[in-house]
Amino acid sequence: MSATDAQTSMPDNTGRRGPWAEVFFSLLRSGTFLTGLGIVLFWVACALFGEHFAPYDPLADDIINALAPPSAEHWFGTDQIGRDVFSRVIVGSRDILTVAPLATLLATIAGTALGLFTGYFRGIVDDIVSRILEAFMAIPVVIVALLAIVALGTSKATVIVVIGLSFAPIIARTVRSAVLAERELDYVAAAQLRHESALHTMFVEILPNVIPPILVETTVRLGYAIFAVATLSFMGFGIQPPSPDWGLSISSNYGMIGGGFWWTVLFDALAIASLVIGVNLAADGVQGALND
Amino acid sequence: MTEPAKPANALELHDLSVAYRVGGRNRAVLRNLSLGIGQGEAYGLVGESGCGKSTVALTVVRYLPRNGSITGGAISLDGQDVMKLDAEALRRARAESVSMVYQDPGKALNPSLRIGRQLTEIFELGGVSGQAASDKAIAMLNRVRISDPASVMQRYPHQLSGGMQQRVAIAMALANDPTMLILDEPTTGLDATVEAEVLDLIAQLRQELSASILFISHNLAVVSNMCDRVGVLYAGMLVEEGPTDVVFNDPRHPYTVALLRCLPRGGQRKDHGRLDTIPGFLPGIGAAIRGCAFADRCALATDRCRTELPPLYDLGGRLSRCHYHEQAQSLPRATPSDAAASTPKAAAESVLRVEGLNKTYASHGHALRAVKDVSVSLRPGETLGLVGESGSGKTTIARLLLGLVPPDEGGRIELEGKPLAARLDNRTADQIKAMQIVFQNPDSALNRSHSIRHLISRALKRLAGLSGAALQARLDELVRSVRLTDRHLAVKPRQLSGGLKQRVAIARAFAGEPRIVVCDEPTSALDVSVQAAILNLLADLQSKEHVSYIFISHDLAVVRYLSDQIAVLYLGRIMELGPSENVFAGPHHPYTEALLSAVPKLDQTETSRIRLDGEIPSATNPPSGCVFHTRCPRKLGAICEEQEPSLAEAEPGHTIRCHIPYAELARLQKQKAVQTEPA
Amino acid sequence: MVFLGGQVLPGNVGRAILGPFADQRAVDALNHSLGVDRPLLTQYGSWIWNFIQGDMGTSYIFRSPVAPFVIDALGNSMKLAAVAFVLVVPIGILGGVIAALNLNRPLDRIISLGGLSVTVLPEFVTGIILILIFGVWLRWLPISAAWPRDAGFFTQLYYLILPSLPLFLVLFGYIARMARSGMIEALDSDYTRTAVLKGLPWRTVIWRHVLRNALLPTITVIATQTGYLIGGLVVIETLFRYQGIGSLIFTAARGKDFPVLEAGILTIGIVYAVATLAADFLYSVLNPRIRLGTDQ
Repeated sequence: MSATDAQTSMPDNTGRRGPWAEVFFSLLRSGTFLTGLGIVLFWVACALFGEHFAPYDPLADDIINALAPPSAEHWFGTDQIGRDVFSRVIVGSRDILTVAPLATLLATIAGTALGLFTGYFRGIVDDIVSRILEAFMAIPVVIVALLAIVALGTSKATVIVVIGLSFAPIIARTVRSAVLAERELDYVAAAQLRHESALHTMFVEILPNVIPPILVETTVRLGYAIFAVATLSFMGFGIQPPSPDWGLSISSNYGMIGGGFWWTVLFDALAIASLVIGVNLAADGVQGALND
Repeated sequence: MTEPAKPANALELHDLSVAYRVGGRNRAVLRNLSLGIGQGEAYGLVGESGCGKSTVALTVVRYLPRNGSITGGAISLDGQDVMKLDAEALRRARAESVSMVYQDPGKALNPSLRIGRQLTEIFELGGVSGQAASDKAIAMLNRVRISDPASVMQRYPHQLSGGMQQRVAIAMALANDPTMLILDEPTTGLDATVEAEVLDLIAQLRQELSASILFISHNLAVVSNMCDRVGVLYAGMLVEEGPTDVVFNDPRHPYTVALLRCLPRGGQRKDHGRLDTIPGFLPGIGAAIRGCAFADRCALATDRCRTELPPLYDLGGRLSRCHYHEQAQSLPRATPSDAAASTPKAAAESVLRVEGLNKTYASHGHALRAVKDVSVSLRPGETLGLVGESGSGKTTIARLLLGLVPPDEGGRIELEGKPLAARLDNRTADQIKAMQIVFQNPDSALNRSHSIRHLISRALKRLAGLSGAALQARLDELVRSVRLTDRHLAVKPRQLSGGLKQRVAIARAFAGEPRIVVCDEPTSALDVSVQAAILNLLADLQSKEHVSYIFISHDLAVVRYLSDQIAVLYLGRIMELGPSENVFAGPHHPYTEALLSAVPKLDQTETSRIRLDGEIPSATNPPSGCVFHTRCPRKLGAICEEQEPSLAEAEPGHTIRCHIPYAELARLQKQKAVQTEPA
Repeated sequence: MVFLGGQVLPGNVGRAILGPFADQRAVDALNHSLGVDRPLLTQYGSWIWNFIQGDMGTSYIFRSPVAPFVIDALGNSMKLAAVAFVLVVPIGILGGVIAALNLNRPLDRIISLGGLSVTVLPEFVTGIILILIFGVWLRWLPISAAWPRDAGFFTQLYYLILPSLPLFLVLFGYIARMARSGMIEALDSDYTRTAVLKGLPWRTVIWRHVLRNALLPTITVIATQTGYLIGGLVVIETLFRYQGIGSLIFTAARGKDFPVLEAGILTIGIVYAVATLAADFLYSVLNPRIRLGTDQ
């Protein structure tokens, strides 16, 4: 054969690692991501094993010691029926960390499917579905959730479905615009020139290439799902008593802050804050790693 | 090791090194670069992508990207040390002594400001404002040959065509009468006829103005026509420098020698033998280089080359960074030129016949006739070249043939004598595998999530119906035939270079043993050395598999190399169709004539060139009569505006769409040839 | 398009609400008197028709016309939203611009990460923390937004500062982020390079060439945040006991007062549509590419 064979030595400017390994290593180098992950893992640990290291039963009342300020005995004080705030904050992550990820998962699956189909087929169906999704997104999630919960009643399942379906159009929009861009690339035409089925093209050809934006959107949505669950619980439409859920606790205690009983709400508020910020720092890290 | 610094130089780079910080490490882009440009001189800097030529431009104006830094050396502009300037002095230098024009004028102009504002602000810097500034701006637009400058002043950039935008950018660059004008690929991306106009303009302005020019281009021919001296850049180092005609006619560095050999020139065709190639790859940025940067790819290299960095040898008015500069031209070919491509058998039945193909798009309520009444036929083993500028419909024709876009009713496509359904979905598996495509951009054509093995195997499975051991055997064979190896199979496309990716795309197209392969600008994204290897490969595969090509390109030399027949397209219509050599030799359609004349050639002998006025009209609103009449230098009169000429047979197998009779065209074009012959 | 959305939605919503409605006992009679047992489409049609004429129906709970409630509440909410908007738009844009001009320096990290963090905090969380700091500990600001009767403009403003802050924080991150990425894109663009290489002073480059192109996309984002803002109002108005459209919807939802609920939601749909249209309009006025189309 001819000397053109020398062409077959690889150019040396290509990385040895695969693209996903590179994302992984870049995540490990991202301080933002690691900080966020640390915070989230802390709360996950509390959700899983909180009971074992909480000093009191988060549900046990103790009327005599009601509304006690923080002390050596009750680090974060007690609430209006004397429950230990510290123990409640520790265990309070459990419900929100079940409901929010499930809602996000539902939103991601539904949104990805919707986005893939509308982006791939385009045309009139896409137009109609997009308009409906757009209209849907115009109404704030909180209000959609509020209405649905009024109609369907309150339960964890309702909250998951409501938040999942409210977020699905947002994820669908992201996926759709990524798919529309992919659709223009010649590898899709090449697949057609092999008589590949639409499903093959969508799921085997296009889907792997739109995973990065889906991942970013999912991590960002997880933050907002926590936001939404907490808000709904605060409004009384989310997680129901007697759960030590943070939003719920704030809702039942904030009426007394005018009286100076700050400890009944402050620690729950800080817990929510740290969890959402943690998730979003991690999401920001993921985004940075995928965009590099 | 450099020529002695002349104080009069407009620009002087001394030992300049620049690095980009990537992945936490400084990677050298320019390595100890020294060059000088005299007052009023035009200096060309050539090299392939990644050699650092644009970095030179950005360094001179101190506008490196955030991760770039000057790691050593000095830049002196008009005797001023650019590196020592503070912010204000640097601003003044930019305002007064150096200007720059770059690729993609559409992005270089501010989309939300009127042209007038973008021009007058330059004069305001010099204290001229109001009406006086407007007057100066209009004068400047006149100077770059913009007719009706007053109305152009009122427009926004998006309302101007690419050629006009670049004229405006040039006007802005020259507004302050700079001593140094940097042109970084100023015509890359423009259509051939528009490029020719802009280059002419630059050449004319050179006569009128005093500016020295640094002209950066990957196109050797453009530089050879525009510049007095040329420097060849390789891996951030100057490897050869000298007067343009001397360097291009008598190169003294093996890289320059090899680069010039890669270009299809002087009507070279596939049956004349293979093009030469450059083996291996450009060292990546930041690669550690001991000895000569080109040694790994050079057949003349010895141990000395690999260990000892050659200095820039002074050969009397020219420089070469090669220990063996006197032998450079004896560089052995990297690719033997043997293997003459087979020519198609004249009597063979057509493999493809297209009649009356039309495509109309609806665009904002207008009908856009992308393809009008195209009829061609193609014999087995033959290449049909489609040539045209933007809007000519060449890519649309490819998509119509492949069934990716449905044509208008009424046309007819026949594959091996049997009618072919317009839509891909209605074609049989055999018909689909008979016609495949190699796309322009392999990054878009190869799914980046899949390994090379998957990409080719999938095509073999779907198109050849293979599986198991048979698939594996055919895979090996196919991979070898496009000169890839097993090592390439495991990786993903982005881990391969552009040329290797295009080989994968070619392998995929050949998986089902197609009768016809459409090649849509398959080499336009590649450097010339890689382009040559791909063209060789396509020619080899054709002679081996007896496959027919429809070869689309805007590059006439490339089309000529590979094509047996050529169709010249303008605004969706075939203006001329015939055997390749007849179309090139002429007499030809006035548009073909202009197109041929517009292409910059390394061995330019013509003195008078045909230039087309104005821009390519929009396909939504094509001119009446002959669509070319608005720009035709040989327009007859009213008949051209009123009646569309038909494709008339000029000689057997050669048709031309023009009102001028063939004999008359022959006379006119011969006359011109006589006129331009040196006395 | 958005308009269509605003009109289709109450229909969907109405249907959703009617689900549990049917199995209530004494309500059938009430249904009849309210006209809700008519076919859905007729009901919807006449409801829309009445709405256009300013008749929003009768509240089930208060047994009085809905319109005055809704209009009052909307007015109050707009005051609150206006305070938040007036504060956040310039400050958010400024923050984004400053961050972009100091790209990857500490100031940028502080603004970016800080903005990102406050954006994702639920309003009731920031609200509680702010109430504790400014209302309970420092006692600088009132913890309820209900101002005394006959309060003047500045008194009202004083009462609105604390409630508007959580909204401000959520929007700040959004707007700053958008402005920052718009700025970065514009700063990296070829036209900015052209402007710098013309020798224009840095200040002119930024004001004339960068800002305008950079902030165009931000305008659209600000408008789409109206939708969010209304959601935020529901929470904030509840937390601060403020009589706005959000708390009206919230109370109506709890009390299953459907006419009020529907009227409230249709109202915010309209507000959203108007805001989006206004943004589209503003965007096309500022963007010559849309205003003038392409000749070529």
